[in-house]
Amino acid sequence: MVPGELGFVRHLALGLRRSISESLEGRTQGEAPTILRYLLPFTALILVGCGGQQSALDPSGEESEAVYRLFIVMVIGGVAIWLGVSALYIYAARHRQTSWPPAQASALIGWGGVAFPVVVLLALLGYAVWLMPVVRPWNSLAGTDGAIEVTGEQFWWRIRYPGVNGNPAFETANEIRLPVGQPATFSLDATDVIHSFWIPALGGKMDMIPGRTNFLTLTPKRTGIYRAPCAEFCGTSHAYMAFSVVVMEQEDFEVWRRRQISGHERSADQGWELMLRHGCLGCHSLRGEKIGGATAPDLTLIGARHSIGAGTLANTAENIARFIRSPVSVKPGAKMPAFDMLPQREIDDMARYLGGLK
Amino acid sequence: MRLIPREVETLWTLFTGPVVWALHFLACYAAAAIYCAKASEAPFSFDALRLSLFAITVVALVAILAAAWLSWRQWGFGSGDPPHDAPTRHDRLLFQGFATLLLSGLSFIAVIFVSVPLLFIEVCAR
Repeated sequence: MVPGELGFVRHLALGLRRSISESLEGRTQGEAPTILRYLLPFTALILVGCGGQQSALDPSGEESEAVYRLFIVMVIGGVAIWLGVSALYIYAARHRQTSWPPAQASALIGWGGVAFPVVVLLALLGYAVWLMPVVRPWNSLAGTDGAIEVTGEQFWWRIRYPGVNGNPAFETANEIRLPVGQPATFSLDATDVIHSFWIPALGGKMDMIPGRTNFLTLTPKRTGIYRAPCAEFCGTSHAYMAFSVVVMEQEDFEVWRRRQISGHERSADQGWELMLRHGCLGCHSLRGEKIGGATAPDLTLIGARHSIGAGTLANTAENIARFIRSPVSVKPGAKMPAFDMLPQREIDDMARYLGGLK
Repeated sequence: MRLIPREVETLWTLFTGPVVWALHFLACYAAAAIYCAKASEAPFSFDALRLSLFAITVVALVAILAAAWLSWRQWGFGSGDPPHDAPTRHDRLLFQGFATLLLSGLSFIAVIFVSVPLLFIEVCAR
């Protein structure tokens, strides 16, 4: 399938949005029919939701393209049948009122009520099952050391990249980076409750179940930044549990991997001294400075991530400070204690330091 | 001495089709689940399992066809029209035959639907 073909819902949405904004600004010639003028903005509102960084209708990976294809085929099939049944209904309700001869009626029931649904359902079922190995490639990488381990915890994602080609393994959190065009296998687990791993732009979802390891393979086809929400209700901050996925060129990915392994360059900084003094390293780790605790998200190069608090806030020094001061006010149920007893100046110093780790 | 009785006058034959369907369903799902759980120690390949399940499917379809033929006969090979709702022994017999025939049709299609994954799923999922 041609990639350009796949994004047609998105193009439709963008085109509609453009034409609507033009008509709202009075740039188009002539008057649109009244009903269209009222209906169009709503259609646009719905369709605009189809694009963007967290949409299965704007696929950027092989598996999500298969899901999208399946969705389109099912929708078209469903709409065709719905139209047919509606037409029959209208015909039966208002056309001629005489009854059909029994033989003809039996034929209609036999062909329309038995043969047709059986054939259509068999075709749709066959198509869906045929597509299954594409949607869920049972990759040979699964179960080997090549899988990226992702563990769902309330309410963040522990991510461990395996050691490859002599490079050591390393841990990070809440952001996954992948090289474009390479199949990536994830081994999925959870520590507390059931979470679900879902990158809508790249593929279908897979549950993360405590005590069981699930595998999922995704092959990104376009570089970009995508958002991946937790797809199984997991507690009060379920809605604030997401991660970002950055699909990069192979060379950029290698550079990032090396940076992650070595961590940032050590330098004397007031913020670092404060983090050490206030015990942040009891739970967090900062490669390059100090491997501390591992109960909380790894903070190595946190300044380069696309969000703070697992997809909750934009990555700015102010937001980091806000999180340190009172994590629960940002993420209800978060396990990190509040540090609002510290002077604001010290919190700001730590936030500035962390935000600068890129 | 007849191998197949001339007339079947029990309600139990009504369930032949659905029972075959249920057994076939169980056989497919249980066999695939057990095989994939123990794939590393199984002495035969997944394709062998698919082939044997395919054979079981054929047996199930033949059994349902046999049940359908019996019920068709009981229905008098379509000699009378439904709904067979007169309070007579004869009408009850025809009604049961017709109902069994319809259920056999449903079971036949269901068995085919259940077997669709046999065609396309080539390996165990992890």
